[in-house]
Amino acid sequence: MPEVQIKPLTLNFGPQHPAAHGVLRLVLEMDGEVIERADPHIGLLHRGTEKLIEYKTYLQAVPYFDRLDYVAPMNQEHAFALAVERLLGIEVPKRGQYIRVLYCEIGRILNHLLNITTFAIDVGAMTPILWGFEEREKLMEFYERACGARLHAAYFRPGGVHQDLPAGLLEDIATFCETFPKVIDDMEGLLTENRIFRQRTVDIGVVSKEEANDWGFSGPMLRGSGVPWDLRKSQPYDCYEELEFDIPVGKNGDCFDRYLVRIEEMRQSLHIMKQCIEKMPGGAVQVADHKITPPKRGDMKRSMEALIHHFKLYTEGYHVPPGDTYAAVEAPKGEFAVYLVADGGNRPYRCKIRAPGFLHLAAMDYMCRGHMLADSVAILGSMDIVFGEVDR
Amino acid sequence: MADMFDLAYDWLNTDPLGQAAYILIKIVAILIPLLLSVAYLTYAERKVIAAMQLRKGPNVVGPFGLLQPIADAVKLLFKETILPSGANRIVFLMAPMLTFILAMIGWAVIPFDAGLVLADINVGILYLFAISSLGVYGVIMAGWASNSKYPFLGALRSAAQMVSYEVSMGFVIITVLLLVGSLNLSDIVMAQQGDYGIFSWFWLPMLPMFVIFFISVLAETNRSPFDLPEGESELVAGFFVEYSSMTFALFFLGEYANMILMSAMTSILFLGGWLPPVDIAPFTWIPGPFWLIAKICVVLFFFLWVRATFPRYRYDQLMRLGWKVFLPFSLFWVVLTAGVLVAFDWVPHT
Repeated sequence: MPEVQIKPLTLNFGPQHPAAHGVLRLVLEMDGEVIERADPHIGLLHRGTEKLIEYKTYLQAVPYFDRLDYVAPMNQEHAFALAVERLLGIEVPKRGQYIRVLYCEIGRILNHLLNITTFAIDVGAMTPILWGFEEREKLMEFYERACGARLHAAYFRPGGVHQDLPAGLLEDIATFCETFPKVIDDMEGLLTENRIFRQRTVDIGVVSKEEANDWGFSGPMLRGSGVPWDLRKSQPYDCYEELEFDIPVGKNGDCFDRYLVRIEEMRQSLHIMKQCIEKMPGGAVQVADHKITPPKRGDMKRSMEALIHHFKLYTEGYHVPPGDTYAAVEAPKGEFAVYLVADGGNRPYRCKIRAPGFLHLAAMDYMCRGHMLADSVAILGSMDIVFGEVDR
Repeated sequence: MADMFDLAYDWLNTDPLGQAAYILIKIVAILIPLLLSVAYLTYAERKVIAAMQLRKGPNVVGPFGLLQPIADAVKLLFKETILPSGANRIVFLMAPMLTFILAMIGWAVIPFDAGLVLADINVGILYLFAISSLGVYGVIMAGWASNSKYPFLGALRSAAQMVSYEVSMGFVIITVLLLVGSLNLSDIVMAQQGDYGIFSWFWLPMLPMFVIFFISVLAETNRSPFDLPEGESELVAGFFVEYSSMTFALFFLGEYANMILMSAMTSILFLGGWLPPVDIAPFTWIPGPFWLIAKICVVLFFFLWVRATFPRYRYDQLMRLGWKVFLPFSLFWVVLTAGVLVAFDWVPHT
């Protein structure tokens, strides 16, 4: 009898797939329902951001960062702003720092809300997403009131933030901080205590501490595995040192732990936001050096120097002294960093972007192997992949 | 005028052709309201789930969006039926028809009131059970004939799922039959008539079986949290990925008609069919069919509630629940029921 070779079933999961989270193309080799190999194909959303930045002035490069992880835009801008500030050797005024941190945490909630609710929909629970998006809408409004845009903010700029907050906004954010925990509780009622949800997530996609480090995980993916690593604590930037918050850590490194870590991070973010609002200092939101930040509009009407500054800033931009730096922030998805090389000109020589999702996606095969098809969706959901940053 | 009615009545009752026409009239009288309620079940589903999710649901087409189901049907009707080039055309087209027809013919034995039933056969419950079991063939045929990977996986899942849950469903039905002593659906309803109204229906003495039956019905109709054959997040739409237009609409109608049929079955087996909840004056004035419809609506509401609340089971977990939890438990309950009936000499003799 001739030997029969049974070919595995190859399933093309995406890029047109409701659970592919954007444009992931996952080629699955399956034995029935069990995954034998998962091969993620990326690059379908590649826009050449890094190269484009090399042809823009430092200020013009800022909006590109909104378009990376478009779920939490300001957190990305933060990394770029920090990198440029480090090369320029300037310190942002306290009020600017507090506004940045406040909006970073809003970004974190924005991101975790999207991730948790889409994760829920991936395992089949369709109600949390509608509850969560109601709140996301409010947060988007806070974005809009600060900078005029819901998504493409361009608000954190080298030297501070673009504008001061409008009157009344802080009070509204404070109100949100009071009402939002109720929504988290409601969502937890549908998910955390739900037996089916637990069955679908506990012990799925387990990553040990060592493996998580080896794969280069960061953010909730790393903390879910039990590594207490958070850049806001370990390498504090801006005013994080002055704020009090906890770092939630998981135990087993499965999908459920990553979900719990994100839920708790939202609560901690609220805690940070409340402190920011309480401690919010007065004063300027940008450095006073008008070679880097625009002068006041009123000054431009009277002062020749201010007019020249304005003209130079928005045409030539500013020159950054030669050097290189690596500025990392704790973005909601993990360690988001910019490696910036300046050659003394008005444009970056090189701007390497380190996106956390890219490294997480690399572990897809490792995490999916031996699991069932439905688990791959749960694992992908718990990874928190956004293709804007993976493909750049 | 009265002569004409008498003449028509005679013709319908005596002439063979007339009798056939009479049956046809009765079938139409069941099917038209059924199809309408299927259409409005989709509307109810969208409204109920919308309310649970803090949104409005359909509210644009017609007053309160009441014409939405009609608009949906018209839209599907005018779309092109796509036949995939790799598909087996005959089976591909037969599958949705089969699903739809099976969902319709089950209604032949459903009693709406005492004596108000199209076919009062003495094995009604077996017939109903057989029809609902055949439903799996529509899914398997669709999955196989599409000749595509997602439908194929969906069909495999549903074959396993529907077979598993039928077993425990069968045992649940057996416990009810033990209490009634008849396979006739009208007899099953009449056996629930007692002095305590709502409390003498079978849901109370058979509470665990009622719960198991309802969950099995969810699995049998491929509804959330057992909607694995569709499995939107992993299989896109499962077995009907390749279907479009009316072929898709037939699956859709079949699924919802099945939901109503199964709710009717639940109402008859456990909720006293057409019986009023309290056997005193104002309640007994309301005709039986109204009570049956009200009970069906309550059961359907649970279908929708579950869908808005629960995540989806995974394939192997679903199997475990069916075979390792429901099957042993319902088997145990059959033995228990039979034992109690024999021990106290309560075995019904009909």
